[in-house]
Amino acid sequence: MAFDSMREMIERSERENRPFWEIVLETDMDERDVSRESSLSKMQKTWAAMKSSWQSYDGGLQSASGLSGGDGEKMRAYAESGKALSSGYMGRVIAGAISMAESNACMRRIVAAPTAGACGVLPAVIMPLFERGEAGEDKIIGALYTASGIGAVIAGKACIAGAVGGCQAEIGTASAMSAGALVHLRGGSGEQIGNAVAMALKNLLGLICDPVAGLVEVPCVKRNVVGAVNAVSAADMALAGIRSRIPADEVIAAMGEVGKRLPVEFRETALGGLASTPTGAEIGKKLKRKENGQTT
Amino acid sequence: MDIFDILGPVMVGPSSSHTAGAVRIGRMANSLLGGVPVRAKIHLHGSFAETGAGHGTDLALVSGLLGMQPDDLRIPDARREAEKAGMVFSVDTIDLRDAHPNTALIEAWKDDGKKLEMQASSLGGGRIQVNKIDGIEVNFTGDFNTLVIRNRDEVGALAAVTSFLTGEGINVANMRLSRGKRGGGAIMVIETDQKVSPLQLERISELKAVDSVICCGKENEEDGI
Repeated sequence: MAFDSMREMIERSERENRPFWEIVLETDMDERDVSRESSLSKMQKTWAAMKSSWQSYDGGLQSASGLSGGDGEKMRAYAESGKALSSGYMGRVIAGAISMAESNACMRRIVAAPTAGACGVLPAVIMPLFERGEAGEDKIIGALYTASGIGAVIAGKACIAGAVGGCQAEIGTASAMSAGALVHLRGGSGEQIGNAVAMALKNLLGLICDPVAGLVEVPCVKRNVVGAVNAVSAADMALAGIRSRIPADEVIAAMGEVGKRLPVEFRETALGGLASTPTGAEIGKKLKRKENGQTT
Repeated sequence: MDIFDILGPVMVGPSSSHTAGAVRIGRMANSLLGGVPVRAKIHLHGSFAETGAGHGTDLALVSGLLGMQPDDLRIPDARREAEKAGMVFSVDTIDLRDAHPNTALIEAWKDDGKKLEMQASSLGGGRIQVNKIDGIEVNFTGDFNTLVIRNRDEVGALAAVTSFLTGEGINVANMRLSRGKRGGGAIMVIETDQKVSPLQLERISELKAVDSVICCGKENEEDGI
């Protein structure tokens, strides 16, 4: 079997009475013609890279454009002060999402999930649980398979590139992957994973890709936060027994359709949305002047 | 797309197309040239030219030319690394006809005077395609084991290579032969299912009408993730 639909994978997991992530693992073994050990060891390497990327965040760094840096640290300090509305887990999720996206903008090493621009979402929801001992490494490996299986279905049925489907394809997909991963970490069923995916993606449907100056910074860094927070809500809703009225596969297809019909201005071209606001356009012009000064 | 294209690549930010793909393009030029160049001219086209500086595309291409992988933490310091390696380079913009928006044209010279001109595009997610080598259209991705063979445009050149591969039990997955002009230089790009050993490469280089052969592609990278 391939990563054709959430439905098929969930049904197979129920039929064989095995967790969703095992179905993903087996499909990977089939598709790449590798052993279980080889697939698991590659996932462990990916996990190690994610951990070390998380731990190497440096709030003192600034991106080359000067648009990104330091906000993750600011948010962490505020969340820890106890004054934040979103204290506890949610505060750490917000701080983590900003931090990872800033690391990406500052040319640090990250794990694309599913893209570099959306790399903060998944670690933001997983790492705080890992750090507090609420999720062990074995469980997390399962969560990463769950997430990547969901992402593979979306990549096949819709798209995961901002240039093709807008931000809903990047942050939306990252959010759906993370929602599924969280359901796994909390011991939810395959059915609940499907509902979490559907709800996470539904809530971000239509989100455009409008990067200021064409850079993966504004609004991308903070959109990692909405992806992460949305993933937590969707996972909790699913775990509470709330169901999505529209099944995951149909939501995914809708995302693909919306993406196709998004005007080109809203697909990473920096010709619309925030990129073409007076401030966004001014930043673009300024950076261009700087760039020309550097390269000629 | 497999699950490690979804969760991965592990890479230095900020963009899989403008940074990770650019490193791979530079690295491909390094492989095709057979080492780190002493001099390189990098020409950026389209979106690479528009937003390259903000995405570190120039640094990424230089890092690749120095032989680095997309997850190398030295990428932001590529200028210093180039100096250390004795590579002089320049970066400017160019307007290429009918090229993918994320395209670079690289001219690179080795210390023995050997020159390479390569045009390649970054397709997204870190995947690349080499469009031209020395002006000759080649169009390969490097996703397979790839033999790039320079040969003289003579009768039997292709047959000599393919019959050698057959004899060695190497299956050809895809192939393409292109030439600049009749009787001049030509390039064979052969994607194979099996790896080609250094000894087999040497034997190919001794074949009729073959000038040089190199093997490149994903399989030759370290177990990248």
